[in-house]
Amino acid sequence: MIAIDLPTIWAFIIAFAVFVYVVMDGFDLGLGILFPLFPAKADRDVIMNSVAPVWDGNETWLVLGGGGMMAAFPLAYAVLMPALYTPMIAMLIGLIFRGVAFEFRSRTTQRESNRWDIAFAGGSWLATVAQGIALGAILQGIHVEGRHYAGGWWDWLTPFSILTGLALVVGYALLGATWLVLKTEGELRNKAYGLSWSLLFAMLGSIGAVSIATPFLHIQYAQRWFTWPNVILTAPVPIAVAGVTLLLLSSLARRQDSQPFFLSLVLFALSYAGLGISMYPYIVPQSITIWQAASPENSQIFMLFGVAVLVPLILGYTAWAYWVFRGKVRPESGYH
Amino acid sequence: MFEGWDAVAFARAQFAFTMSFHIVFPAFTIGLASYLAVLEALWLWSGREVFINLFNYWLKIFAVVFGMGVVSGIVMSYQFGTNWSAFSDKAGPVIGPLMAYEVLTAFFLEAGFLGVMLFGLKRVGHRLHFLATAMVAIGTLISAFWILSANSWMQTPTGYAFSAEGQFVAADWLKVIFNPSFPYRLVHMVLAAYLTTAMVVGAVGAFHLLRNQNLAGPRVMFSMAMWMATLVAPIQILAGDQHGLNTLEHQPVKIMAMEGHFESHKDGAPLILFGWPNESAGKVEYAVEVPKLGSLILKHSFDAPLAGLDTVPRENWPPVPITFWSFRIMVGMGLLMLGLGLLSLLMRWRGKLYEFRLLHMFAVAMGPAGFVAVLAGWITTETGRQPFTVYGLLRTAESASPLAAPAVGSSLAAFIVVYFAVFATGIIYILRLMAQPPHQGEQGPERDVHARAAGITPAAGAVAAEGAAR
Repeated sequence: MIAIDLPTIWAFIIAFAVFVYVVMDGFDLGLGILFPLFPAKADRDVIMNSVAPVWDGNETWLVLGGGGMMAAFPLAYAVLMPALYTPMIAMLIGLIFRGVAFEFRSRTTQRESNRWDIAFAGGSWLATVAQGIALGAILQGIHVEGRHYAGGWWDWLTPFSILTGLALVVGYALLGATWLVLKTEGELRNKAYGLSWSLLFAMLGSIGAVSIATPFLHIQYAQRWFTWPNVILTAPVPIAVAGVTLLLLSSLARRQDSQPFFLSLVLFALSYAGLGISMYPYIVPQSITIWQAASPENSQIFMLFGVAVLVPLILGYTAWAYWVFRGKVRPESGYH
Repeated sequence: MFEGWDAVAFARAQFAFTMSFHIVFPAFTIGLASYLAVLEALWLWSGREVFINLFNYWLKIFAVVFGMGVVSGIVMSYQFGTNWSAFSDKAGPVIGPLMAYEVLTAFFLEAGFLGVMLFGLKRVGHRLHFLATAMVAIGTLISAFWILSANSWMQTPTGYAFSAEGQFVAADWLKVIFNPSFPYRLVHMVLAAYLTTAMVVGAVGAFHLLRNQNLAGPRVMFSMAMWMATLVAPIQILAGDQHGLNTLEHQPVKIMAMEGHFESHKDGAPLILFGWPNESAGKVEYAVEVPKLGSLILKHSFDAPLAGLDTVPRENWPPVPITFWSFRIMVGMGLLMLGLGLLSLLMRWRGKLYEFRLLHMFAVAMGPAGFVAVLAGWITTETGRQPFTVYGLLRTAESASPLAAPAVGSSLAAFIVVYFAVFATGIIYILRLMAQPPHQGEQGPERDVHARAAGITPAAGAVAAEGAAR
């Protein structure tokens, strides 16, 4: 049923880049979302230091997702960006505030530092809500005429897109909390465990709400999920979600620091696969398929060489950078 | 708000504004990353403490500048889609892969090794750390390679065809990447980045020499920066001249605007030094000009004929006054840098490099000169290729997104407010760091609080001391 041709390969590559972005920047955006719950400066320093060496690499996947889409599916990029205009601008502005906060807050006096703490939290919230809204706006469909976006500049704002916006906040916060379980100790970790419990249930509620609402957006989504023989392919997704949830609950109960974060990643992967099942083969749901949007063959082939050689290399040295900064982060009254 | 305004004008203003802010950061980090690699190599090779102090001193500044470059760069990469969707659809198959290669070969390399470069000296050892620094420096250069290739293709497109849907398609990728203006633009820009960094480093060194002539750090950095100015400024002027000749061949209209040549000259065009280009009158008012010198510079012959804007349909003219004046500002900065380099050489020869206060004051004043020159140069080349995005093939007005003015105007206003608030603050922080002289036992930006390292981290300055002891 899925023929392996160039546009399909590229759809998987772009989906992979976006997924890596979502989980990697997801946990460091999640730290920003949780920042207001950790008012102590010592805790905040630990939280920032746990991602300071890697956040820049995490965000590079966003550039690959965007740049790769422009290269491999220029028509989709050209339709989606104007359609998602306001959420995209909001996301970029949010990312500016939180990105500069990493360096700025350690270059300041005490009072100014607090200002950049607010920028870090506020920017993380803004970027996450904007990304979630963009996801909802894509799922609910986009008005296309010819090769152009033909809707208004507020079309993205609906109850459904607000739901997905909030759902993503919950999801990123869960990744952030379980990351802290992995990387911290003592009181900070205890607090992170508590948050992980609540956020996991909130996450399950969000997945449920979005899953129930999605089939009502378009009849095609309902047919994709609930008609025979599709069910053979779609049913394992919710079953797997239930299984992973049980493992996650058990790892939280047994306080195994290293597991909740990775199990949360699996939860994200399953939700993401669910989205993929709903959308395929559309890249702009219900209007543009991956074949209609695809770049000419020689553009896709030219880049495929680069991806095949470079992405494994990138994953290798990125893993090395994480390895260098492995282990628990401890407060130290040294530098700031 | 913004009803009845021109959405394309807003989109152009937004690109110009966000690009102008962005270009300043990479122009600095390209040069600074290479400088840091040189400093670390000198430290590893000689063991002199002053080099690791300077390395850590500039590394803190690098971290702040790099962060601002990253976040302002993400804005650029998405702006192609938000404000220039028609361009993205039509030129995406050619431009997109070049940018994707920039991400894959450069951005990831920089980001992947940046963390180790900033925070990892005590974790990975000297050699691996130097490798990380070198990777970041190489990454900045690879990034320049791809983005300048993409820009140059838009200026001098070759190796393309059209698809049935009217999209640009690559017919020959090598011709796309190595298009006619690319080698010149790459050399000109990388040298500009090195000069920009030399001006900043020189100014900071000179600033501290004016207060105390005996500090080792300021002496070393000032000397290194002045060598750079002495050697690279003349090369850059030569490279700029060659770039100009290349532009004359491929984008003659841009040269007409840069030179203010409204009229054609059959037997030798003058070089207009200054004046006010009046587009509606079609002439340069109050012109101060040298007869025949324009032809000598551009054609290497006094009497060579040069066509003017009167041979070009009016709707294909670039905005002449901006192109004309930004070009002069760039050239002026280049000549001042050459002057600084030569003066420093003279003082070095006389043994007064660290004592001659006028030279130090000159160098402090020249601190921002590189940025001014880079901005003016980019304004020249980008304004001079108007009214096209893909030169001669795709007009700017046909490249924009189907958005109404209120959307583009609001986002422009938001970016202006945010950029001034955020980046102005960042620049203040950088100036604060620069106001302190580098000192013994200078610490990098590392806040290494990871347990494994914390146990073995000696007191402040241990690394420096170790370096000094070697």
